[in-house]
Amino acid sequence: MTTYLIRRVLGIIPVLLGVTFMVFAINRIVPSNPAVAILGDKGTVESQRQLAEELGLNKPVFFDVEGYRSSGRFGRLFDSQYFTYMGELLTGNLGKSFMTRAPVTDSLKVRFPATMELAIFSIIIGSVLGIVLGVVAALRRGTWVDTGMLFIAVSGVSFPVFWTAIVLIYLFSVQLGWFPPAGRLNVTSTLQPVTGLFVIDTLLRGQYKMFLDSLHHLVLPAFALGTHAMALIMRMTRSSMLDVLRRDYVRTASSKGVPPLVVVMKHAFRNALVPVITVMGLSFGSLLSGAILVEAIFNWPGVGSWIFNAITQRDYPVIQGGVLFVAAVFIVLNMLVDLSYVLIDPRIRY
Amino acid sequence: MRRFLRNRSGVIGLAIVLFFTVTTLLAPVLRPYNAGTDRNLAKRLKPPSAEHVLGTDELGRDVLTRVWHGGRVSLSVSLLVVGFSALLGTALGVLAAIMRGWLDLSLSWFIDILLAFPGILLAIAIVAALGASLTNALVAISIMGIPGYYRVMRSAIIGLRDLEFVQAAEALGSSKLRVALKHLLPNALSPLIVQVTLAIGRTVLAIASLGFLGLGAQPPTPEWGLMIKAGYSQFLTAPWLSIAPGFAIYLAVLGFNMLGDAIRDHFDPQLRT
Repeated sequence: MTTYLIRRVLGIIPVLLGVTFMVFAINRIVPSNPAVAILGDKGTVESQRQLAEELGLNKPVFFDVEGYRSSGRFGRLFDSQYFTYMGELLTGNLGKSFMTRAPVTDSLKVRFPATMELAIFSIIIGSVLGIVLGVVAALRRGTWVDTGMLFIAVSGVSFPVFWTAIVLIYLFSVQLGWFPPAGRLNVTSTLQPVTGLFVIDTLLRGQYKMFLDSLHHLVLPAFALGTHAMALIMRMTRSSMLDVLRRDYVRTASSKGVPPLVVVMKHAFRNALVPVITVMGLSFGSLLSGAILVEAIFNWPGVGSWIFNAITQRDYPVIQGGVLFVAAVFIVLNMLVDLSYVLIDPRIRY
Repeated sequence: MRRFLRNRSGVIGLAIVLFFTVTTLLAPVLRPYNAGTDRNLAKRLKPPSAEHVLGTDELGRDVLTRVWHGGRVSLSVSLLVVGFSALLGTALGVLAAIMRGWLDLSLSWFIDILLAFPGILLAIAIVAALGASLTNALVAISIMGIPGYYRVMRSAIIGLRDLEFVQAAEALGSSKLRVALKHLLPNALSPLIVQVTLAIGRTVLAIASLGFLGLGAQPPTPEWGLMIKAGYSQFLTAPWLSIAPGFAIYLAVLGFNMLGDAIRDHFDPQLRT
């Protein structure tokens, strides 16, 4: 077990290295000089040269062979764009926004909890609905209930998430007025963040009204973001339940006279859970990329809307830092999902 | 074939796909449209009526016509994307499986890196760097699709490469390329077909998402995601602008997904979900 744990944790290092290299490479294949792109038409040749120097773009891409030869110092070899970038990355420096000049890391610290809160609620909504509907479909296999559930499941992965968000706002905010269309709290309320998760912070500060308000703001965006996950979880629950319900131990339990509900919940459902957890973990990761679209529409101040705005403003350091960060979170999440199998299914031993 | 026709949702999916294929192919004949010049400012933002079934947009263009022609963009780009990524992913997957060793290791490492970017994140990063255009979106989404084919084909070929008929061909002196093309690939086609059909729906969604982000097609191209983006700013006064293209996306993706599921069930009854 310990060896597996260590191997799995060390195994993410080459992938993380590759991801950082990929993001670096993508930003170096830009056909135009970034300094020119940032300054636009306003830039003079001199200001472009200055900015390029500030951004380290005048350095060689990988190895400064010239610098090494002329100075004779081995360290000079690594005075390049790539190694500077990696050095900065290891010290947690992701550069500064072109627009606001604020360090990317600082904005991430403020915005990530908002995205986490949204993603957690989405996965809760998606899992609860998906598992319940999936179990119901499996128990009613072949009936119209099952057919209806399968249609919901295939529809759920067919909606464009940004469109679902728009339609939900139109129906439930504009027409019915049930839920707020944007933001995390009423504009008049002020909250001193502790964890950055407003649902928890409001409770910590004893602001119960604000707690309900933050939940109220979460419903629509979390549902919009969670539909895709719900559909995937529902399908996986259904097929996994169908598989388990056929097993001998389920038949044995039933024939021993164990009540049907206990058979379903204790014997079947627990054993059907492992593949469902995999899908939940993977969906949680893709929620982070769906958040770019959903957060922008609900004006949710998370990492997603931040990347969205950066795209429209061509704020490269923010896009680069944001993408890198989301990918890193995704890699770590996948690892945690793998490790969680041991806790859920005692038959799995590494 | 008869077994396939008994799958009701597969038949519905096939009908939807055929509907989109026929209507988009016939669009220039049935409803000629020029994205650059067809506008009528006297008829701006008119709600749906008998004359304009889905209303008109901010330049007085008929929304139905634009959604209709938007299908041409979405479907043709999706087919190109699926073609490119299937070709590249399959080639790399087969290569990794037959060459084994360090080539397999490094290719698989590369694929793991691509998979470390959730959803359309990698495509966003690529297009943001290359510059927003439909061509760049096509390239980016094609790259994003490679891992799926790579994994499916690599494991299919690994399952085949040590079987006797392959060894026999090798013993007779066939080159690795010949063995791969003549003996391995034809026997691994069904997982490939399943992967391709299931990928089309996802690709339509990815193209629309990039369009909505402003990273795909550029105005005045009638592309579904871009149309939702344009309509979204006038959502309160003219909801039909974003509802119509969104529903078109949903219907097209639904059709491809239902068809894809049916094809998967057909080729691989074990996997039925």
